[in-house]
Amino acid sequence: MNLEVQGPKRMFSLIGEDGNIIFSISESVVTGWIVILIVLAACLILTRNMQKVPATKRQCAAEYIVKTVNGMIESNMGRECMAYAPYIAAVFTYILLGSLISMIGLRSITSDISVTGTLAVMTFVLITYNKISTQGIGKYLLSFVNPLNIISEVATPVSMALRLFGNIAGGMIITMILYAALGSASAAVYRLIGFQAETYYFNIFQIGIPAVLSIYFDLFSGAIQSYVFIMLTMIYIKMGRE
Amino acid sequence: MENEALLNAQGLVLAGQAIGAGLAMIAGIGPGIGEGYAVGKTIETIGRQPEVKGSVTPTMFIGCAVAETTGIYGLFVAIMLLFANPFLKYLG
Repeated sequence: MNLEVQGPKRMFSLIGEDGNIIFSISESVVTGWIVILIVLAACLILTRNMQKVPATKRQCAAEYIVKTVNGMIESNMGRECMAYAPYIAAVFTYILLGSLISMIGLRSITSDISVTGTLAVMTFVLITYNKISTQGIGKYLLSFVNPLNIISEVATPVSMALRLFGNIAGGMIITMILYAALGSASAAVYRLIGFQAETYYFNIFQIGIPAVLSIYFDLFSGAIQSYVFIMLTMIYIKMGRE
Repeated sequence: MENEALLNAQGLVLAGQAIGAGLAMIAGIGPGIGEGYAVGKTIETIGRQPEVKGSVTPTMFIGCAVAETTGIYGLFVAIMLLFANPFLKYLG
């Protein structure tokens, strides 16, 4: 059994004259653009031919989504923060689809720490912007007189990035280990019944059994973690405004 | 590979990484206790006042996710030790 967990592959790379890789596009970027195109197509389909009184099911679905997000922002951040609704909804859709895209066999983008780190840094920039704009830059800088505040300030994006990454990547690794174990088990069963072909096994145990874990690690974990990410973003921004 | 060939510096580093990864996952105890306590209290609350279920459950998930953070740190260290081999480069 050979189990090797790798990070995202390099899909395209620009190789310099001395053979070093100057610039490369990783698998996460390509998958991320697939997710963005899916979201764009969904938006275009849902918002076509909008009327004042909804006549189609598509418009009802679009209005339901917008209303849900607006209600969530209003109850968590207050009425003066409604400008954040598109950002929150976009981040939620991106993380959710990026985690659920592992159901169709692609590598989920949130199991790459660069992606989750980027999302956490975006949240961190928003928090800092809100803190400075409400308190003023002098009071914000004055809060770092106590050096422990620097740690707590940095811990927010680090914990957000690692939480999303750890949940999705841990699930991916556990699923991978289970696949390898089931492959070994089916190979052992074939050897037991005297089937000597060493070159190719049809791994009989890999049918169906990983789906049970996939329900938890792909569906439940991905949905809960994207919800938690946007909830924490909203809560931190609201705390930064106070 | 013979047994004697594994007893070199590289084998020692690999063994240390495996042991360290196992020790790092002891961090899973804390989030287990914390999340169990949070969910237990939530169920207690819902049992006492079933009408607050809609507002308590999302809060519980947020609390669980925050309590999970330290365990995730441990998992991250374990993943780094197992699959990224950070100490092999010091062998020279």
